[in-house]
Amino acid sequence: MQKRAVVSVVGKDQAGIIAKVTTVISENNVNILDISQTILQGFFTMIMLIEINDPSNLETLQEKFKPVEQELGLKINIQLEDVFQAMHRV
Amino acid sequence: MPIAFTEIQETIRMVEMEHLDIRTVTMGISLRDCADQDFETVKQKVYEKITSYAKDLQTTANQVAKEYGVPIINKRIAISPAAELLGNATKEQAIELAETLDKAAQTLEVDFIGGFSALVHKGISKGDQVLLDALPEALSKTERVCSSISVATTRTGINMDATRQMGQIIHQTATLTKDDNSIGCAKLVVFCNPVEDNPFMAGAFHGAGEGEAVLSVGVSGPGVVLNALKRYPDADLGEVSDVIKNTAFKITRAGELIGRVVAERLNVPFGIMDLSLAPTNAMNDSVAKILEEIGLERVGTHGTIAALALMNDAVKKGGAMASSYVGGLSGAFIPVSEDNGMIRGIEEGALNLSKLEAMTCVCSVGLDMIALEGKASPETLSAIIADEAAIGMINKKTTAVRVIPVIGKEEGETVEFGGLLGRAPIIGVNQFSSDKLIKRGGRIPAPLQSLIN
Repeated sequence: MQKRAVVSVVGKDQAGIIAKVTTVISENNVNILDISQTILQGFFTMIMLIEINDPSNLETLQEKFKPVEQELGLKINIQLEDVFQAMHRV
Repeated sequence: MPIAFTEIQETIRMVEMEHLDIRTVTMGISLRDCADQDFETVKQKVYEKITSYAKDLQTTANQVAKEYGVPIINKRIAISPAAELLGNATKEQAIELAETLDKAAQTLEVDFIGGFSALVHKGISKGDQVLLDALPEALSKTERVCSSISVATTRTGINMDATRQMGQIIHQTATLTKDDNSIGCAKLVVFCNPVEDNPFMAGAFHGAGEGEAVLSVGVSGPGVVLNALKRYPDADLGEVSDVIKNTAFKITRAGELIGRVVAERLNVPFGIMDLSLAPTNAMNDSVAKILEEIGLERVGTHGTIAALALMNDAVKKGGAMASSYVGGLSGAFIPVSEDNGMIRGIEEGALNLSKLEAMTCVCSVGLDMIALEGKASPETLSAIIADEAAIGMINKKTTAVRVIPVIGKEEGETVEFGGLLGRAPIIGVNQFSSDKLIKRGGRIPAPLQSLIN
């Protein structure tokens, strides 16, 4: 079952964030549908929409982000897109 | 329409910084088919049914929480009122049944199992009386078993004989658990107009009109509402109501989605969403703080009831638009020990027992997690229950009493219950007696409000 999930990345702005995060994603054969990124009050904020085949893979992906989170001091969350649809769309 | 950047950020902020969570997913399980001539068989059937129906509750709920990024704090079980299984049982057997339930909860790793209950709002059957007799010991010998007793409804009036017994039972339970700050009483609720699909403890049970098994969800989020209001410091009260409504809508939608996914994966029908704003001791996760944000220097002062009425109503309106199956208690809880704002209100003298009683007229439940001085007599406790029941009966709403007379403590001291149950300042009771009222016994007749046919 194809599902879409939102990856959010927040942390101190520095070189290489997008490269390192997207490397993890591509190494896991996950397709990125959309990326937007901004700097909010000095904080790097990136939101990506990805496509996944099996929601239970999210946990594995979350695990794989751990080294990047630690190395760059980032907070990376993955959530199924449905929850945003439910909250923000009628 | 794709989700905007700011909307995604809003959701993440609610979860990460404002304590948005699903407070509980509660599986209701009917135990009617567990009745048997032989009580050993009853216990065995009860244990097996609960542990098989709910065996995946923890893992499924945790998995869904991870996928959606919204924490599910508690996973709980509600069963048919246990008195239904106790018709010919002895008091000792009733205690054994409570221990069986406790064991099932331990096996499933759920923190509470509700439904060691009896509905005695009109009369007390044999099984009900057995359960009542067993209650103090059952609550002191078990950790996770919660009990609720219905002593009144709008349609039947108040059963004052049951109310008298409940004062004694609370007192005995407090005495039996006095080494643990009378904690047994925190697992016992006395209801007027109980609802059959309440997912929140300690008052959850699986009502007579429910199916074989059902999953109900309680969302929460006082912290989210508080932070939303902080962004509108100059709004008028109509706008305040709107902010609360919008927030409640979003919280409820998220809760319903996640509840339905859990129910679907467990192959159990989805029951209801309970919209209650339930506070915790976490920083700013407080109903009292919302009332103060609306405009009170301290909760309990003049204007508290107006602010609470506004908030409670706005929560319902927002939630009712967000879900087709709203149920349970849906409103705002005002437990004292679990809400740092309420605790401060009492410690600073702004809030007292009388004001708390008045607040229960306009919010979803009643006197909740209030620590009373240990010398409060059983008759006084019964009279407190009778007052709350009268408020519920006349106003056609649920009211409840969960008070803890802390044996050996006096007004002004503080008691620490630990964990989710928090801490509470001890409140004194009125020193004048209500003994004669309670000793009269009988039933307070159903009010005119019951004649609606």
